[in-house]
Amino acid sequence: MDGEGARPFEPRITAFVCNWCTYTGADLAGTSRLQMAANVRIIRLPCTGRIDPMFIVKAFERGADGVIVSGCHPADCHYNAGNYHARRRFAIFRELVDFLGIDPGRLTFSWVSASEGAKWRDVVNETVDRVRRLGPFTAYRELVTDPPVTRVIGEEVPA
Amino acid sequence: MARIGVFVCHCGENIGRTVDCARVAEALRDLPGVVHSVDYKYMCSDPGQQMVKQAIAEKGLTGVVVAACSPHMHEKTFRRAASGAGLNPFLCEMANIREHCSWIHEDREMATAKAIDIARTLVEKVKRNRPLKTIQIPVTRRALVIGGGIAGIQAALDIADGGREVVLVEKEPSIGGHMSQLSETFPTLDCSQCILTPRMVEVYQHPRIRLYAYSEVESVQGYIGNFRVTIRRKARSVDEDKCNGCGACTQACPNRKVPSEFECGLGKRPAIYVPFPQAVPNLPTIDRSRCLLFLNRAKGRPDTCKKCAEACSKGAIDFDQQDRLVTEEVGAIVVATGYQVYSIGKETGRDDLHGYGEYGYGTLPDVIDGLQFERLASASGPTAGRILRPSDGKEPKRVVFLQCIGSRDPAKGMEYCSKICCMYVAKHTMLYKHKVHDGQATVFYMDIRAAGKGYDEFTRRAIEEEGARYIRGRVSRIWRDGEVLKVQGFDTLSGRPILMDADLVVLATAVRPQPGIEALAQKLNVSYDRHGFINEAHPKLRPVETSTAGVFVAGACQAPRDIPDSVAMASATASKVLGLFASEMLEREPTVAVVNDALCAGCFHCERVCPYGAVEHREVRNRAGQVVRVVAYVNPGVCQGCGTCQATCPSKSVELQGFTDDQVYQQIQALGL
Repeated sequence: MDGEGARPFEPRITAFVCNWCTYTGADLAGTSRLQMAANVRIIRLPCTGRIDPMFIVKAFERGADGVIVSGCHPADCHYNAGNYHARRRFAIFRELVDFLGIDPGRLTFSWVSASEGAKWRDVVNETVDRVRRLGPFTAYRELVTDPPVTRVIGEEVPA
Repeated sequence: MARIGVFVCHCGENIGRTVDCARVAEALRDLPGVVHSVDYKYMCSDPGQQMVKQAIAEKGLTGVVVAACSPHMHEKTFRRAASGAGLNPFLCEMANIREHCSWIHEDREMATAKAIDIARTLVEKVKRNRPLKTIQIPVTRRALVIGGGIAGIQAALDIADGGREVVLVEKEPSIGGHMSQLSETFPTLDCSQCILTPRMVEVYQHPRIRLYAYSEVESVQGYIGNFRVTIRRKARSVDEDKCNGCGACTQACPNRKVPSEFECGLGKRPAIYVPFPQAVPNLPTIDRSRCLLFLNRAKGRPDTCKKCAEACSKGAIDFDQQDRLVTEEVGAIVVATGYQVYSIGKETGRDDLHGYGEYGYGTLPDVIDGLQFERLASASGPTAGRILRPSDGKEPKRVVFLQCIGSRDPAKGMEYCSKICCMYVAKHTMLYKHKVHDGQATVFYMDIRAAGKGYDEFTRRAIEEEGARYIRGRVSRIWRDGEVLKVQGFDTLSGRPILMDADLVVLATAVRPQPGIEALAQKLNVSYDRHGFINEAHPKLRPVETSTAGVFVAGACQAPRDIPDSVAMASATASKVLGLFASEMLEREPTVAVVNDALCAGCFHCERVCPYGAVEHREVRNRAGQVVRVVAYVNPGVCQGCGTCQATCPSKSVELQGFTDDQVYQQIQALGL
């Protein structure tokens, strides 16, 4: 490569997944050695019910180009109903995404069970492809000038 | 100040091949708060764990991140190691750089960059982890077993023999299940009732088993160690304490033409009945949908027939008996509700089952299912053990058995294999041959699946010694021609169409879970597959546990099972239950929600969304003892730690330990540009 400009855009995707279905499904994808795009970083939570829509906004604010939210299929929630609450919450949140200045195409909601390693791979690859086509998400970065967005390196660490 | 240690594992070549582990360790060394960062070939090995322990002791670590495999794999191992070195085990986190990174990527650069990112998020998280204590909850050392078939009986006996009390609930008037309907059992051909009925009696007489027959689970509350179960004891219309089981009432009943469930419709019973002679408990039950008195009452007419009550010398008949609800406190639940056979054409309410109308089941009287054949072959059955066809009572000389009816057939039935049919069809051909010496048994099969001890030998014996004719192929149509049934099919080995005459056709219909299993599973909070079979917690390593702690599964409600499998599973559940009951207190992960009293406004949104009813109201009083506010309180024994409350709380005053907002936001931050 001769310079910055020649490097293709690699989207950064943050995934919020539940511990019992999607995280385990992603484990299965690994155990099955299913190759997929390396752009997704998973943050493990107990349940999709735990996922606050603010997490998604924060991820975009912090430079994510796309976000995946994934959990157990309806009726399969480890906690019985957490995913139903999540579903309602995101049904409303989805309506607001555009208003927030985020292309809804950057956001993927999916159900991936513990046995669906291949589906997880597909969700990852499809999201990466879609976000790649949409290009980098810069709207928030342009807004935030103070303090400058840097890596957490150098941030204060609690005692 | 945080002092974090990072331990990067190569997992032999598993991680090291695609992730540059040394570079990961190096990159993390520069993070604020990280005081120790190393890589090693096998972190989970004894020397690897020693490295972790040593670093905790020598460097005074306040948190540990192990970048290795999935937390589902080795989180426990490293938490134990941390604990061994005096660090609170919940200050140890796993960064999954194997399943989620090295195994799914080939590009070394990208995989290494990703591994660094993953580990960095966990470093930021663990800095904010707080030492947590496992929660101790008391265990009610009694078990509930749902279903009184062979699996439920075995589980109940094993638990009771292990010294714990058992409540056994059976929805039918008698325990025994399908096994009590069978004539003889494969592969030994020993009489089913002869081996089952002593166990049924043992259940009845066991001092530690409380049997609720003709009862159903109404509701289940609570959690592992502390379930509160409401059981509906359906009205038998007979006083259990007064009845001595003499049977005079059943003799006196004038309505004697009710198709018997136990005989699969091949025999008749009165409206007040004992399902079969060896029933346990030996108590009659009035079938209110068939009893003249209750039919009259439904129409608002006066009671006319009281013949059973008149015949009873004990005054045990109670026409006004009502369903009763009883509550039992138990610490563990075993689900053993068993199966039903796919009743073609009779199925209602399920659109995905299209039936096999071309075989005439339900319309041609001489086309029966396997369970009906068991009753024909049973010495206690409607024909006293003689094989006689239902239409005219003649002895059939040509019997055709069709395997895989509804099984292995995604187009019209279920795609799974029902497992028991190959064996019981081979058994049927033998039973038939033993009773009708000049008869010819013909079997249409797809494959013979006889995996099991002595199973293949058994099917070979049916074919080679007992003269059963096996034809590989499917039957397309059966119709009646005078007294005979015409069977039209195809032999796929010779490639020829077949048209043969039969006197009796027996369909090996698919094994399906009991109707209503979904409703029960929902009461118990256990997951089930799309056929209704209860899901085990892990298909290989946790075969009798379910998705809900303290609820176990045995027998054919989990998947098609034969008797030895069901018994083995039942004994396995008993060992799990007895293991759970070994101590008075139960340890639980402290991943529970905690309310900040100072912030809580008492809106109770959390209460509305909590799937477990773990949120309680707590009064905050001033010094004068007056209630000033009512705030939420999360019962740590009930909370399972999903965190839905936290995402819902408008004032962010409830926090899930181990997954606090601060921790998650810092993780998101750590991924930032």
